[in-house]
Formats: sequence, structure tokens, C-alpha cells
Amino acid sequence: MENQEKLDEFQARIDAGEKIEPKDWMPERYRQQLIRMMSQHAHSEIVGMLPEGNWIERAPSLKRKLVLLAKVQDEAGHGLYLYSATETLGIDRSELVDQYLYGSAKYSSIFNYPTMTYADICAIGWLVDGAAIVNQTMLARSSYGPYSRANVRICKEESFHKKQGYEMLAKMADGTPEQQKMAQDSVNRWWWPSLMMFGPHDSDSPNSAELIKWQVKLKTNDELRQHFVDRMVMEAEAIGVSLPDPDLEYNEETGHWDFGDIPWDEFWNVVKGNGVMNRERMKARRNAHENGEWVREAATEYARKQKLSQEKAS
Amino acid sequence: MSEEKNKDNWPLWEVFTQPKSGKPHEHAGSLHAPDKEMALQNARDTYARRNEGVSIWVVESKYITASTPEDMGPFFDPANDKPYRHPQFYSVPRAVKKRS
Repeated sequence: MENQEKLDEFQARIDAGEKIEPKDWMPERYRQQLIRMMSQHAHSEIVGMLPEGNWIERAPSLKRKLVLLAKVQDEAGHGLYLYSATETLGIDRSELVDQYLYGSAKYSSIFNYPTMTYADICAIGWLVDGAAIVNQTMLARSSYGPYSRANVRICKEESFHKKQGYEMLAKMADGTPEQQKMAQDSVNRWWWPSLMMFGPHDSDSPNSAELIKWQVKLKTNDELRQHFVDRMVMEAEAIGVSLPDPDLEYNEETGHWDFGDIPWDEFWNVVKGNGVMNRERMKARRNAHENGEWVREAATEYARKQKLSQEKAS
Repeated sequence: MSEEKNKDNWPLWEVFTQPKSGKPHEHAGSLHAPDKEMALQNARDTYARRNEGVSIWVVESKYITASTPEDMGPFFDPANDKPYRHPQFYSVPRAVKKRS
């Protein structure tokens, strides 16, 4: 089936910058890698609602409640765009959700850290959504059409997420000594995990080379991470927060900021399921799914009754 | 796809949004919903939260018939051997000049 000729033809299309659409021929491995990557992205958007949802009721003003509500609703939307796009690869939505809730599918480790103060919501908007944008802007140019289009849509909304976080953090960093301390403390806790969001070093990333060859990803983890660091250093300076890395130093030669060693042991520990919040997040997701069963049943039943009464009327 | 495996899934719908009146409807994505009313509602919530459309169409995916990529060549071929459908095919005297 997958003879060399077909693979070469596929690679030629990729190299020519063509987008691959659902019905096009594609190597099985390409399909599997996309399902893994896209569904992981979808699961992350969905689980990402939890740390923030936790603060909707406690946000400090009506304005901030509205903003957070809109943001959480967007995350749900992003999850839905991505699930739809993943389904075009011939996998069923319920199967994806099953793999996530009861199987081995993963989501971004960043969501296994707790949000301890409201300043964490600011830092997440700035750092976590900031890192997500860097990643998703690249993925908006991905070779798989539906994934690329979903990311275009996501990026349009994501910049609101980052900006609201940055604005709030700037306000806090300019506030009372207590607020300043809160802001700095949250940046200290979220900085390293946000660098880990780009994934392991290129040398330790088993999938990277293949994904780049197929233009699913256009840049390596380390390239994206460097881009992010360069940007964040400037943005941190602008609002007067410091980044918790004594090794941060501008490198005249490369024109980039050098940074210290990322605590990878912690990263792998969280990936393996031992983060502070891993179990709780999964429990909350399963509860939401199982306790939401009646909503799905009610909607199905409502649709059935509507159909019956329409049939009677005609 | 077996019935058993599909038991939790509502039908799949394709969503088309029209960015403003006068523009064509464009494919925005897809979603699951138990009926057309809810499909429309979900489409509004999912694909038009920021004024992306002034009109939305939803159609159950199973009713869409599409050409296949293998068809690509032969299916669209007839267009190529009818160059006389294009204005460039014709040469006309350049007599009609605008005078300034």
C-alpha cells in the first residue's frame, strides 16, 4: 500500500507547500501522528478551563469576571474546533474523549500546576497563553488543512487571552507592595513551567524530526522556546517584573537571550502523572463528563420530541 | 463505523458562515448536535462568537457529496481543452483606445 512512489509523491506535495486535505492520500504514520498531536491539543484546551474556572467566582470585579468567563468559553471553543478537525482523520469524537478520560491520551503538563492566587490567573494569561500563541501561530501554517484552519481561528482569540493577562499583571506590578509581591511570586512559579510547554530539547524530542519533515510543525521546540524567551524578557522589563533565572543574559553574538537550565526532572515527573494536580484534574474531567450525561440525554430527547411534534403538525 | 462505537455521538454537521451580506458562505468547521435547531445554536456559540457571520448554514455531513482527490485530474479536465471559454483566446484590433 505505502510504496515508495506514493510516499515520495506525498513528500513532494509537502515540500511544494501544498496543504493536505482529509480525503487526500497520506501515510498512515502521518495520520496517526496528527491524531495524537491534535487530540492532545484539544484535550489541553478543555482541561485548561479548570484552573481558570476555579477563579471566576472570586475574580476581583465584575469586569474581571466577564473577561474570565469569556476566556474560559473560548478555551471550550478551541477544544471543539480541534476535536472537529481531528475527526476529519477518520476517528470518532467519543473515541477521542474515551482515550482522554479513561485511556492514555495526554494533555499539556502546564495544567497540572495549581492556581493558588488570583495573580496566577494574570501570569497564566501572560506566560501560558503567550507560549501557546507562539506555538499556535506556527501551527496555523501546518501542512494539514483542517489543523491549520483551526489554529488560525484559535490565534485570533488567543491574543485576547494573553493581553488581558499582561494588562492585569502590569496593574498588579504597579500596585501596592502586597500586590507586587503576589505578581512576582506567580511569575516565579509559572516561568519555568511555561518554558517547558514547548516540549523537551530537540535532542530529546522523538517526534520532532518527523513532524518537521512533514511540515506538521515548522519550527523545533528549542527555536520556539528561544523566540518566546526573547519576547518575554522585553515584556517583563516593560512592566517591572523580574524573571526567576540568574543566567538570563543577552548574547550580543546571537542576538538572543541565553537562559539557564530547565528543570527537566520536574517536567518528566509531571508528564508521568505526578504533578500536584494530575489526579485532581482527571477526576474533575471524568466527573464533568459522567455527571453531564443527563444534559446530553435531555438534548437527545428534546430533539426526538421536536421531531415527533413536527411530524404530527405536517 | 459501527453503531455501537458511535452510540454517544450525535450526528455530525458542517457549518458555513457568511462574513457579511453579499459574501459567499464559507466552511467554518463542523460540530455534533442532535438536531438542526441545536446544530444552529451550537454553530452560533462555537463559530460566531466574534461577529464572524451574519448568516449561518448547517447541513448534516452525510448529505454532502464531494469529489475525490483521485478524480482531481480527469474530473476537472474538460476545462483545459476549452480555451475558447476564456477572453484571452481572442485577438481583437487594439483600435478602441481611450482618449485623454
